[in-house]
Amino acid sequence: MILRAVPSFQSWPLAFGELDEMRRGMERLFASLVESTGLQMAGVYPALNLSEDAESVHVRAELPGVKADDLAITIENDTLTIAGERAMPVEDYDQVSYHRREREWGKFRRSLAVPVHVDPDHIEARYRDGILTVTLAKAPHARPKQIAVRAEA
Amino acid sequence: MTEKTMERTGKELEPRTKQELTGAETTRPGRTFSPTVDIFENDDAITVLADMPGVRADGLSIDLREDVLTIDGRVEDGLEGKGERVLVREYETGGYRREFRLTNLIDRDRIDASLRDGVLRLTLPKADAARPRRIEVRAR
Repeated sequence: MILRAVPSFQSWPLAFGELDEMRRGMERLFASLVESTGLQMAGVYPALNLSEDAESVHVRAELPGVKADDLAITIENDTLTIAGERAMPVEDYDQVSYHRREREWGKFRRSLAVPVHVDPDHIEARYRDGILTVTLAKAPHARPKQIAVRAEA
Repeated sequence: MTEKTMERTGKELEPRTKQELTGAETTRPGRTFSPTVDIFENDDAITVLADMPGVRADGLSIDLREDVLTIDGRVEDGLEGKGERVLVREYETGGYRREFRLTNLIDRDRIDASLRDGVLRLTLPKADAARPRRIEVRAR
């Protein structure tokens, strides 16, 4: 006769409870990391900052060392796509030895649904000091409109 | 050093998160980040490439005291335009600061720094005493 030790069913909910608690702990840890760094999108390049004023939406990205010619910016149905490549500078490998290599290079592509309707004919992109700024004019119906209040006697 | 050729490899860029400096290092208001760098050396010089987006030449200071090199870059307040309301913030902005201890003797008079597209290129020529010298071996 073979006897097997089978865990009683009462112990199962406890095990799941512990897993749940672990998962919640992990979530809290990640949430606190996100909060402390202000970065919501790890592993996505480039990170984007979005702001708006009455007429436009501004999208900014830090892209140091990227040539303006190597950037392709497109808009389709209020979705902005920033694609490009950060080229690797080629040194004479026979003659240099690296002490540190922290700067990343390669291709990137990032799409973003702009939260307001924009006018695809009035989009401007500027690149200066390693920062890309894309200014998208809001569609006329998406701009705030002042409504005059008539005083009636 | 002049502009180098660039190589396109089709590799995907693997992003790094910005490293913020914390603790007693900041003396100015606002955030300070540690710039990512490449450092390489050949017989004549040590070259430092540092990513410092938003920094202009007038906001950059490079200091070499004893054997400690300090790179310090300031960005103007409000990289965002006036009257803008922030909708999404995925990265923080601020200045940059990083120190390096140099193990070579540097010819201070010939240090060259250039800033382009948010990347600092700093060339630190080695002093004559620090350059490798070729010793002729005479056959006898």
